[in-house]
Amino acid sequence: MNRYPWWKYLIMVVVLVVGAVYALPNLYGESPSVQISSTNGGKVDNALLVKGEQILDAAGLKPDSADFNGATANYRFSNTNVQLKARDVLAKALNPDADNPQFVVAVNLLSRSPAWLTALNANPMYLGLDLRGGVHFLLQVDMQAAVQKKLDSIAGELRSSLRDKDARYTKLERVGDTVQGVFVDARALGAAKELIARQHPDLQLSAQAPAGPNSFSASLTPAAVTQEEDYALKQNIQTLHNRINELGVAEPIIQQQGRDRVVVELPGIQDVARAKDILGRTASLEVRMVDDSAAGQAAVLGQGPLPAGDQIFPDRDGGKLAVKRDVLLTGDNLTDAQPGFDQQTNEPAVFLTLDSKGARIFQQVTRDNVGKRTAMILFDRGRGEIITAPVIRSEIAGGRVQISGHMTVQEANDTALLLRAGALAAPMTIIEERTVGPSLGQQNISQGFHSVTWGFVAIVIFMSIYYMFFGVVSSIALAVNLLLLVAVLSMLQATLTLPGIAAMALALGMAIDSNVLINERVREELRNGASPQNAIFHGYERAWATIFDSNVTTLIAGVALLIFGSGAVRGFAVVHVLGILTSMFSAVFFSRGLINLWYGRKRRLHSISIGQIWKPEAAAATAGALSSEAAAGAVKSGKSLDAPTPRTTKPRRKVH
Amino acid sequence: MEFFRIKRDIPFMRSALTFNIISVLLFAAAVFFLFTRGLNLSIEFTGGTVMEVGYSQGANIDGIRSTLNKLGYADAQVQAYGNANDVVIRLPLHKGETSAEQSTKVMAGLLAADPQAQQRRTEFVGPQVGSELATDGLKALALVIFGIVAYLAVRFEWKFSVAAILANLHDVIIVLGFFALFQWEFSLPVLAAVLAVLGYSVNESVVIFDRVRENFRRYRKYSTVQVIDSAITNTISRTVITHGSTLAMAFSMFFFGGPALHYFALALIIGISMSIYSSVFVAAALAMWFGVKREDLIKPGGNKPSNSNDPNAGAVV
Repeated sequence: MNRYPWWKYLIMVVVLVVGAVYALPNLYGESPSVQISSTNGGKVDNALLVKGEQILDAAGLKPDSADFNGATANYRFSNTNVQLKARDVLAKALNPDADNPQFVVAVNLLSRSPAWLTALNANPMYLGLDLRGGVHFLLQVDMQAAVQKKLDSIAGELRSSLRDKDARYTKLERVGDTVQGVFVDARALGAAKELIARQHPDLQLSAQAPAGPNSFSASLTPAAVTQEEDYALKQNIQTLHNRINELGVAEPIIQQQGRDRVVVELPGIQDVARAKDILGRTASLEVRMVDDSAAGQAAVLGQGPLPAGDQIFPDRDGGKLAVKRDVLLTGDNLTDAQPGFDQQTNEPAVFLTLDSKGARIFQQVTRDNVGKRTAMILFDRGRGEIITAPVIRSEIAGGRVQISGHMTVQEANDTALLLRAGALAAPMTIIEERTVGPSLGQQNISQGFHSVTWGFVAIVIFMSIYYMFFGVVSSIALAVNLLLLVAVLSMLQATLTLPGIAAMALALGMAIDSNVLINERVREELRNGASPQNAIFHGYERAWATIFDSNVTTLIAGVALLIFGSGAVRGFAVVHVLGILTSMFSAVFFSRGLINLWYGRKRRLHSISIGQIWKPEAAAATAGALSSEAAAGAVKSGKSLDAPTPRTTKPRRKVH
Repeated sequence: MEFFRIKRDIPFMRSALTFNIISVLLFAAAVFFLFTRGLNLSIEFTGGTVMEVGYSQGANIDGIRSTLNKLGYADAQVQAYGNANDVVIRLPLHKGETSAEQSTKVMAGLLAADPQAQQRRTEFVGPQVGSELATDGLKALALVIFGIVAYLAVRFEWKFSVAAILANLHDVIIVLGFFALFQWEFSLPVLAAVLAVLGYSVNESVVIFDRVRENFRRYRKYSTVQVIDSAITNTISRTVITHGSTLAMAFSMFFFGGPALHYFALALIIGISMSIYSSVFVAAALAMWFGVKREDLIKPGGNKPSNSNDPNAGAVV
């Protein structure tokens, strides 16, 4: 009755082997490394690898190994201290011009596992920032600003279309989350409404006229709002990717969280201030025409009303300019921006490359407006600033634009970086930030590791003494549980955090419960006079219902944590839930397999090693005794009988 | 080895009333402290900035306090963290100042006072994130309670599910009561521990209820009280050993896990200890007061197959 068919053993062996293979990389661990990749045309190849080694040698920093993997050069070091020094040395030597780096020199962690493991996709568990050190940001995207920006651009389009049709308006602009227009007559209003119906299906007109009969108010449809928000979030994530590339972080995590948030994790980053600076900037670029008319200039000087359709922005020299509201180009039309020097004047300059749509628009604008000025306005944290307002000297075709004049080298670099990294579709603010130093991460790992180890050792010692052979089997099952848990976490590449390690410890503590239930049940069956084989069989069978019920309730708690938790709680919940699942396998299926292997084949089994079975005297005398081999003498009667099994005269042949 | 040499069923339910009165008093005390003192919520819930700063030689906490006072952060809390060299500084939210500015300013001030100071960790949480975490925590709690009640009602009977959930809420509230009384910091990992305790504690009650159901079937002549007593007696050995193991783990975390796991482990230790008590004296006793009967669990004619195959069915020891 206590035999497994061969295929169950096969499952055990396969699971064990697969578990061992995928848990193995964690033993090798990861070594701190420095990774060099290319930016701005720097060439990473074997020659650079050798050059890097020479640089390190000269500084007295010997890497454990150096390799070139086709895209990046990697140097491994024995500890993070050397790694950080090496990073600084390499960055300094390889990028002589710090403002225009050719290489990204980043700290990284590389798996130490042998190649065959890596080929099997077996990687160590991914350590959370609290264990490896780094910075975590949670950024909130201002969705209202994204919607308003969209409405602004719609209003701009409407203005220029209506001008073409000679439909006159006294006001056409965004007010809050609506676009409002006030027209001189009903014909103009009709034209505007017709235009909206034809060209802007994402606008819905409200039934009420906000200001008199010849006016309208329109807002975005809910579908359009959702779409705009999705778009804003995606663009912001893309922009963050670009900006973080500039920072040189080896494995950044940039993820959407919820409807309007972005998580950014930068492992190994030390320079938090710089990271924050780059991430937190919310620049977007707009190209508009400068209003150099008399009315416009008077308005700038405060001597007249601002002409309709104008706005005033400050420029970098402390002056002000009146600028048209209509946006000609935005940062979206920009494909590249590089700092450089004007060939004629040798002044610092920024070179822009526009996409095809941008090039077409810009060619038309420059053709129609030779002699006038365009303004490049950088919107940073909601404030617009005119970076430069160059005069259009001639028609510019081909989409290559140069901006020069009144810039320092640093300003040109900064401007180019921001433009190149792309604009954010909507401003973002940092609402959560965590920084963990690398030494603290190391400390957290070792402390977490110690708590698991000592708890585990205590349980194993107790179980083995108290339940003898069954306790040893339980301990093996517990070790298998740990192995599987680590293997599953490594396979899923779930992020292991300190609360995750805590959950692992708790999972082990709770996993032993199933084995205790089983062992106690087996003892109880023995106490009640069952034969050893029957006791094993019914011990496992009857404990199973209890184990199942109790694990399901624990699972309910775990899943609730998973659904509503974030950060620390989620890290805990993932391991908690996985631990319950692996424990069901290891504590019930696997330990049964081992017991079956050991006892199941013995036809006449007299006793099993499960520690002392104490019986009340009366019961021992009447029910017929059975004791374990270890504690035979402890039973008062001293009997160690092959227990009579009156009720199971026909043992079931069914194989379990 | 055999810890428990129990000759006959221990009459646990005889003293149920006494213990339930104690429970009610404990529960009332916990609620009282929760209302009067409140939880010492970590900045994860309230928003604010936490900085962990390491010094090469013993940190001068008074010196750090006066530095912070000079910087205009009179409301900052400074505490030793784990050992004499590390301190944790908590800054509440300040209007018109971002965390970046706060932490940079503080760090600059500390470095000016002692160039050896090393920034080990900084955390900033905005106010909206904090309140969301609190709501999410409550939602998780509600979902856990609902899920467990529903599951137990299906698997057992409503009297058991209500008794179990009341007993376990009792545990959770008392754990929270401890945190309120001693003003230990209530952080996200502690919340995770509390919810884990809820699951764990139900686990505990389920084991006993399972045995109650079984014993109703087995000992047809027993009264409800006798069945409950025998169920608890049968499982007491497992209860103590399992909790011993889990407690060993929790203590291991408490002693070796460092300050980061300190309160997490503490919540588990209290929670586990409470759940042993509550599943025996509260859950089972409540089920008894609710008046569980054999008929509640054993539907006429609906015996489970495991029962009909049970070779020992009806065996009286």
